[in-house]
Amino acid sequence: MSDNLRTSASKFIDQTTRVSFKFDGKTYFGFKGDTLASALLANNVHLVGRSFKYHRPRGIMTSGSEEPNAIIQINKNSSVTEPNVRATEVEIYDGLEASSQNCWPSVNFDIGGINNILSPLLPAGFYYKTFMWPASFWEKYEYFIRKSAGLGQSPTEPDPDIYDHNYVHCDVLIIGGGISGIMAAKISAENNFKTLLLEEKPNLGGTTIYQKNDYFKINDQYSSEWLEKEIDQIKNLKNLEIKTRTSVAAYHGYNYLLARENLTDHLPIEKKQNTIRQRLLKIRAKKVITATGSIERPLIFDNNDRPGIMLSSAIKKYADFYGVACGKENVLFTNNDTAYETAISLNNKGVKVNAIVDIREENKSDLTNEINNAGIKIYNSYTVINTKGYKKINKITIMKLSKDGKTVTDSKVDIKCDCLGVSGGWTPAVHLFTQSGGKLKFDDNDNIFIPNKYPSDQLSIGSCNGNLELEDIISNINVSLKNFLKIDKTNFEKLKINSSKSISKRNIWLLPSNKTVSKTKAFVDFQNDATAKDIKLALREGFRSIEHVKRYTTTGMGTDQGKLGNMNALGIISDTSNVKMSDLGTTTFRPPYTPLTFGTIVGRNVGEFFDTFRKTPMHDWHVQYKAKFENVGQWKRAWYYPKGNESMHDAVQRESKAAREGAGILDASTLGKIDIQGSDASEFLNRVYTNAWSKLAVGKCRYGLMLNEDGMVYDDGVTTRLSENHYIMTTTTGGAANVLGKLEDYLQTEWPELDVYLTSVTDHYATASVCGPNSKKIISKIIPNLDLSDESFPHMSFKNAKIGNIKCRVMRISFTGEQSYEINIQANYGKSLWEKCMEAGNEFNITPYGTETMHLLRAEKGFIIVGQDTDATLTPIDLQMDWIVSKKKYDFIGKRSLYRSDTIRDDRKQLVGILTDDPNEVLEEGAQIVADTSKKPVEMLGHITSSYFSPNLNKSIALGVVKGGKNMMGQKLFVPMKDKIINVKIADPVFLDKENKRLNA
Amino acid sequence: MFIINCPYCGEREQSEFKAGGEAHIVRPKQPTELSDDEWAEYLFMRKNIKGIQLERWVHIHGCRKWFNMVRDTSNDQIHAVYKMGEKPPIK
Ligand SMILES: [Zn+2]
Repeated sequence: MSDNLRTSASKFIDQTTRVSFKFDGKTYFGFKGDTLASALLANNVHLVGRSFKYHRPRGIMTSGSEEPNAIIQINKNSSVTEPNVRATEVEIYDGLEASSQNCWPSVNFDIGGINNILSPLLPAGFYYKTFMWPASFWEKYEYFIRKSAGLGQSPTEPDPDIYDHNYVHCDVLIIGGGISGIMAAKISAENNFKTLLLEEKPNLGGTTIYQKNDYFKINDQYSSEWLEKEIDQIKNLKNLEIKTRTSVAAYHGYNYLLARENLTDHLPIEKKQNTIRQRLLKIRAKKVITATGSIERPLIFDNNDRPGIMLSSAIKKYADFYGVACGKENVLFTNNDTAYETAISLNNKGVKVNAIVDIREENKSDLTNEINNAGIKIYNSYTVINTKGYKKINKITIMKLSKDGKTVTDSKVDIKCDCLGVSGGWTPAVHLFTQSGGKLKFDDNDNIFIPNKYPSDQLSIGSCNGNLELEDIISNINVSLKNFLKIDKTNFEKLKINSSKSISKRNIWLLPSNKTVSKTKAFVDFQNDATAKDIKLALREGFRSIEHVKRYTTTGMGTDQGKLGNMNALGIISDTSNVKMSDLGTTTFRPPYTPLTFGTIVGRNVGEFFDTFRKTPMHDWHVQYKAKFENVGQWKRAWYYPKGNESMHDAVQRESKAAREGAGILDASTLGKIDIQGSDASEFLNRVYTNAWSKLAVGKCRYGLMLNEDGMVYDDGVTTRLSENHYIMTTTTGGAANVLGKLEDYLQTEWPELDVYLTSVTDHYATASVCGPNSKKIISKIIPNLDLSDESFPHMSFKNAKIGNIKCRVMRISFTGEQSYEINIQANYGKSLWEKCMEAGNEFNITPYGTETMHLLRAEKGFIIVGQDTDATLTPIDLQMDWIVSKKKYDFIGKRSLYRSDTIRDDRKQLVGILTDDPNEVLEEGAQIVADTSKKPVEMLGHITSSYFSPNLNKSIALGVVKGGKNMMGQKLFVPMKDKIINVKIADPVFLDKENKRLNA
Repeated sequence: MFIINCPYCGEREQSEFKAGGEAHIVRPKQPTELSDDEWAEYLFMRKNIKGIQLERWVHIHGCRKWFNMVRDTSNDQIHAVYKMGEKPPIK
């Protein structure tokens, strides 16, 4: 097993630096510069995984991000483990531990392999057909399916790595650092465009950089040598930034792209510490040049998935770039000339090529002559009909193709091999182009989809544009870049190019065999185990749309998004259903092009940076006094202040009693505050609130309800008239920003004639609300010269005052039903104001209370909380708040909707009080309310919106919405719970002090 | 993510803006005189065009001004922006 398949030195691999790594527990050695795949192949390890559905042994198939089989897990069982990584992209480092996925207990002995024997029972849509019935069994099936299907393990611990986000702006972004990208970068940067070149691999130069073939020359040099010099030159261009190991994940509209820059994944473990692992680049480019190249297509024949069957181009790269032979007895199977390049490379390195099987009837090119001269047997017009070898290919069987290519004839020929390179032609990598909204057209000559219409300022060049021959690539770049960059000439107009050309072409999507398709396993999508048979079955069963066939057969739905298989799938569908490729269209490629880690996506927005939170000026005091906090929008609000080991319930009961019996204090700084000024301010308020505002005297406060145009309650709060043309509006804590936005919208778009100015001042003021029978005494201690008499300073009025030298506004308003004063002071004095109140209130047992007690106290009074008791389906009438809707006003937002046929129904859900028969039974918020539990299905009349145990009434109280509830006073209803049915009756929503005596007590 | 040319600030990222639905739907001056159907027409009925659409946007994290936009919903091309109260530019 430990054969060394290194053929020769390669300048891309540092053969002086040995690297030790583990794969499936076994230690191997590779060299610096190897990928996990090249290092494994050098050790003659092909078998790296099991297939998804049938658990067939699978080997490394490609040398890039299109790899469907060699999907592995890195550093299993550690916090930095990563599943679904392509071995062809992982650069090895000392200490790397990699393991196979989707096999148990091991890749060599896999229990799921039984699915391969059972495969006649696992046709396309098998899961859909079998496991969906009966629906109630799905949960049980799912457990077993997931267990056997798992693609890797997700980490269970927090990711310790650091990730970064970076905004990048450039004139020209070039995606892909192959020969096309390099030429474009030089042209762009030398013409003074700020240029960014991104390459997903560690090195520049694409496939040309290791092309040492006499038949591909530029200016009489090997194309690789010519390109190397060009790369050396562009590295010094000052307008050009080059990033390698950086792959573009998404191409959005308006040339907005996301790319992942990989900074440390290739480094040894000790160099990964305390540094940024990956960086997400958010790129805005004026112009984008896509030079993403093309992906070789496999050929579709029976048993085309055995370990040792690889893309021909991958075998060439392993030989030329990594100095690794993928086999000792190689055969190539092709429909085009590129496999001949592979054969020449292998032959030049002394690696044996047993034969080339070519489906074309004849081919005449420089490359063919070279192969003939080398004495390598070419089987023209032959096809592979089967392969042998369970964990590694050892033999192929070929037969002659009929003239029409639909059947095979003559006798079988067996050819020995341990590696089969396949080439079904090339598919332009148009993924990013289509992500950007680009439309494709089909080229019948090369059987490829190529870019047709650019949706933004962009250009595709090189083989991703369908230019598959060197001469075409260069001449197209010269023409298209001049036009794209609006320049007169390029640097490459006088190049001398010699290149061999592939002249004859023959394409057969599904190669014929001596067996019927239903008896073969010809894989189309290797990652998801979709075969030609599955696709034909789907078509027989009536699926027509390519998107439906894709979902039914799961073709193209793996993590590789069918980079290898999609074209062949389309071809087979086209042939079978007699629809032209151009009419069939393609499925949609979605971002990301290759998978991204969650770490890269979230960047620094983790932990305390996950979301911003807002603190009131009194926040530190609440922390010091052990408050528990609740999130209200982005605000951290004090929820309750437990004493010692007090439970939340006990704390809230204590706080609620104290607020009514002695004094309570609430931090109300989070309420939204909007400063409204202008000569039309009163008229403006008339239009946005349901009640009338014109007659509100200066120095008075008024509660207002704001609706949407559909008549539903939107927000509420108290607004105070500070002077003739100056108001301050308060909004709910969570609604502040939206209310301001809505008011601005009306002012700018519907009523631009109004002279009104709005300013958000929420953060400018801190607000302490002191309530309870002793509140007046406490305020008089803090502001001794303020006349607090009920005559001078009644409920719902306001006075300017001073605490020491500091100006403040005192509003006598109440959300608890108690006599209550709200002091608003410049925010930076908030904490000192709070401490003054606490000090002054000490002798009256002033008790700080949080939002939970506030909610309880207002519920005792039947005051609504917008968003808790309402949900954008309730009008003021539904809330039994008819009193606040002006009958006289001609118009206000939402008025017309209050008498639409739907809003005047009697059986709308209406807000009512709910009392339990058992006063100790506290209802659950959200619980359903019903009238009759015997008739099934049980009719839901409504639900509980607020529910508390009231310490002041010593019983359970609740608010709820009930259909027609307004006219059901005293009626008995039921609240069914999981284990019991609770008897309730409809009550007045005002449970305490209906006469409002406490406000002036 | 679009780049939007705010008529007051110039080109900015889409993330600074908020969309506000179809443009040129004028709030009736006398809602109380409308029938249920007429009011419903104003309240609920919106076009959902594939193609050129006139829509409202606000530079919510910028100047907070509302303005109108001519956008092709099929490819997100913005053909024009114009201030509130102005007539849509002829396409
Ligand atoms: Zn603006």
